[in-house]
Amino acid sequence: MHLYDLTIAQASGLLARREISSEELVRALLARVEAVDPLVQSYVTVCGDEALDAAKHADQQLAKGGAGPLCGVPVAIKDVFCTQGVRTTCSSKILETHVPVYDATVVAKLKEAGAILLGKTNMDEFAMGASTENSGFFPTKNPWDLTRVPGGSSGGSAAAMAAGLCLSAIGTDTGGSIRQPASHCGVTGIKPTYGRVSRYGIVAFASSLDQAGPICRDAEDCALVLSAISGHDPLDSTSIPAPAPDYTKNLGQGVKGLRLGIPKEVFDAPGLSPEVRKAVDGAIALFQDLGAHTVEVSLPRTDLAVAVYYIIAPAEASSNLARYDGVKYGFRAPNSESLKEMYHTTRSRGFGPEVRRRILIGTYALSAGYYDAYYKKASQVRTLLVQDFQTAFQSCDAIISPVAPTPAFRIGERVHDPLAMYLADIFTIPANLAGLPALAMPCGFSAEGLPMGVQLMARHLDEETLFRAACAFQKATEHHLRRPPLANERKTA
Amino acid sequence: MRYEAVIGLEVHAQLKTASKIFCGCSASFGAPPNTHTCPVCLGMPGSLPVLNEKAVLYAVRMALATNCRVNLESRFARKNYFYPDLPKGYQISQYEAPVAEHGWLDIEANGAAKRVGITRIHMEEDAGKLVHDPHRPVSRVDLNRAGTPLIEIVSEPDMRAPEEAGAYLRGIHAILRYLDICDGNMEEGGFRCDANVSVRPLGQKEFGVRAEVKNMNSFKNVERAIAHEIRRQVELIEDGGTVIQETRLWDADLGKTFSMRGKEEARDYRYFPDPDLLPLVLDPAWVEEIRAGLPELPQAKRARYVAELGLSQEDAGVLTADHALARYFEEALSVYNKPRPVCNQITGALLALLNAKNLSVDASPVPPERLAALVGLVEDGTVSGNTAKTVLEKMAATGRPPREIVEAEGLVQVSDEALIEQAVDEVLAAGPDEVAAYKGGKTKLMGFFVGETMRKTKGKANPKVVNGLLKKKLEA
Repeated sequence: MHLYDLTIAQASGLLARREISSEELVRALLARVEAVDPLVQSYVTVCGDEALDAAKHADQQLAKGGAGPLCGVPVAIKDVFCTQGVRTTCSSKILETHVPVYDATVVAKLKEAGAILLGKTNMDEFAMGASTENSGFFPTKNPWDLTRVPGGSSGGSAAAMAAGLCLSAIGTDTGGSIRQPASHCGVTGIKPTYGRVSRYGIVAFASSLDQAGPICRDAEDCALVLSAISGHDPLDSTSIPAPAPDYTKNLGQGVKGLRLGIPKEVFDAPGLSPEVRKAVDGAIALFQDLGAHTVEVSLPRTDLAVAVYYIIAPAEASSNLARYDGVKYGFRAPNSESLKEMYHTTRSRGFGPEVRRRILIGTYALSAGYYDAYYKKASQVRTLLVQDFQTAFQSCDAIISPVAPTPAFRIGERVHDPLAMYLADIFTIPANLAGLPALAMPCGFSAEGLPMGVQLMARHLDEETLFRAACAFQKATEHHLRRPPLANERKTA
Repeated sequence: MRYEAVIGLEVHAQLKTASKIFCGCSASFGAPPNTHTCPVCLGMPGSLPVLNEKAVLYAVRMALATNCRVNLESRFARKNYFYPDLPKGYQISQYEAPVAEHGWLDIEANGAAKRVGITRIHMEEDAGKLVHDPHRPVSRVDLNRAGTPLIEIVSEPDMRAPEEAGAYLRGIHAILRYLDICDGNMEEGGFRCDANVSVRPLGQKEFGVRAEVKNMNSFKNVERAIAHEIRRQVELIEDGGTVIQETRLWDADLGKTFSMRGKEEARDYRYFPDPDLLPLVLDPAWVEEIRAGLPELPQAKRARYVAELGLSQEDAGVLTADHALARYFEEALSVYNKPRPVCNQITGALLALLNAKNLSVDASPVPPERLAALVGLVEDGTVSGNTAKTVLEKMAATGRPPREIVEAEGLVQVSDEALIEQAVDEVLAAGPDEVAAYKGGKTKLMGFFVGETMRKTKGKANPKVVNGLLKKKLEA
């Protein structure tokens, strides 16, 4: 087995026993990145020298003993997290040269745990998109088929994970941006409860929806990483003031007696491909075999979720992105004759078309005379969606659904049809609107050999149930063990 | 036709917290540009606001002191607009759910008492400031002030005359100072006021179209600007014109308001609840604790000075208008407990001295206990009231205590009748014609005799004794 194929659980065992050093591990991954990333294009910035320095430091820690499970483990971080001294672009021209003066809380926590920052991963510009084609720099390719998208917006993170270019990748999820690319790339990802992980230092897209989480080889690794990055942060007022549990504790408890909710409306959603439906049905059957009970639940307003999301998220984004005005940092259009012209040219040239589109939508939705009809109405419907989930969770412990209606689509296939792209978020958006934890993991492969994912959602702060169920599933299946042909074909590391 | 003005005021008061409203940076004034900044108040990508509890405490104190209803749940909202001094492209303020509403302040103006309604008080962050290079087409941005905490106090359109606006503003200012939550400095911008002014034919119910007047940096200028704006609007209407809704800037040198046309397009601030901040929920017990801890406020203090200390309404008003002056008075009183003479010494000689030197009470060169000692010397007859003025000036100039000055300079008042009688006799002997005239009915000449006697004693004779002796001798 290659070092880059290790799970964190495996790697940290080897590291702790000093069978490998962190430096070896980092070198192996850097070599793999050098060999493979020109094809996948998952990284915007690779921090080779810094990573080797950090690895040497981690090796000293490991030699002393008592280091945590992430010590010496190389991770990739979506380029939306501020990293002190390492440029943080959000894959946008407007921040192409921006070097933060501080670390995001997630980054600080990872460093504190001894994890090695290997690099910053590509994304849809400002996390707006579902294919990573909206990157202001270059599109990332799906490691399973380089002509296809990896999903998005954390497409760089998911592709890097799938291609063996890191041992864990951190992403953010505003409407599915961890789960959908994880699904398209055949890896496991979790969007925790809103407020579970600090948003401090994450460049904001839609503040009431954004949440950070890990993308890993399997659920166990996700539990390990989430344990390290979650917890209350006094720098984020929306952070939940509760201690971060050790999610790795009850992973082996199985699903016997678990009540698995099957939302009927979700499975009737138009556009759900038969292949995905079949794979998810297979997952449900397996859960039943493992001892879970299934119950039919209703999420009657699922059909409104996409509309609500595409008002609230752009509205918040239109305000969050106002700070990129050319005054203080980032790109400023040269030679403007007036302040107004400087604003106009800077923002017109600095932002890509999808970001501009969403700023326009959001600005419109908040405008005088439209606020009540759009933003306020959307907020009210959001409250109803929350109530739908509360009702559903009275009769079940977890809700199962597809992640995306189809496997990964081809690059360029949907770029001219933003609405089709938006509608594909139907399964992932509700968890963001309700602030609930949701996990995506592979549950099968299409006839074309593309991974397909299943999603589990749980009650507020009940990530444990997701991990327990996912671990039981992965113990009984091998979907998560498959590697893209890319990994098999190329001789590297 | 006769017109009536309708005036409402918006006051922005900078709260005296040590740190800014949403980050830990110092909120103090006067540091080198951009040194009191951090990722949060610079609007760096990824930074988030955390509310300063002290700012909430101060806002609630003001709310309670102005009889407002404190909203136990309020919300912060984003006010979106682009300007280089606004680092995030929005200002965090309160909009639909402010921290307090429905208060009032009693004022007195033009000889009448009046209650002015307070619509709302809300919290917000200040913007930075632009420094324009006078020599080159360059503007610099200083974000030290960005994120300093403000409260905005919005009045009802209840005022009808510039003097009422002045009285309201002084009242609000005094309360802020009493609560010790704002330094109240209008010139540095710690206390700012915008006035909404409209006029309507007397008797008409509907409001006229209002203009918002800005840029007034003293109480006097607020009154002048409003008076000018009322005149301008009345003249405009009488000439057949119509008032348009706009923002106008007061130019104190020219004594006129000017339209801000061009800069002020119709703005849509696209307010919406700030998703980075949870609703602000206040514990009712905490609010009551704040209420119980409020200090004595200007109006209560004034009433007490009249009722318990026997001061006149006017004197009590002067002493209580300024928190520092009231404190000075009370400190002096704690040393020498005779309210009226202490009051007179403060409102008379001390204020004249401070005004002449353009000093605030806090910077008085004569501390209250020394002033009290001086009043004591007057009251026990050691120095005359007239001499006291001289002594006070010397105290201010030298920093020496009053008794030392009086003794060193031989200013002790002479009350010894024998000594004074000698001088009186000499004065009377030197002016037989005046004496005759006095006795013939020209009693106004008494002043002449007193003056002559004082001159002879170099001002040290006790005027009471002089008067008594003169009367006795002239009317014998």
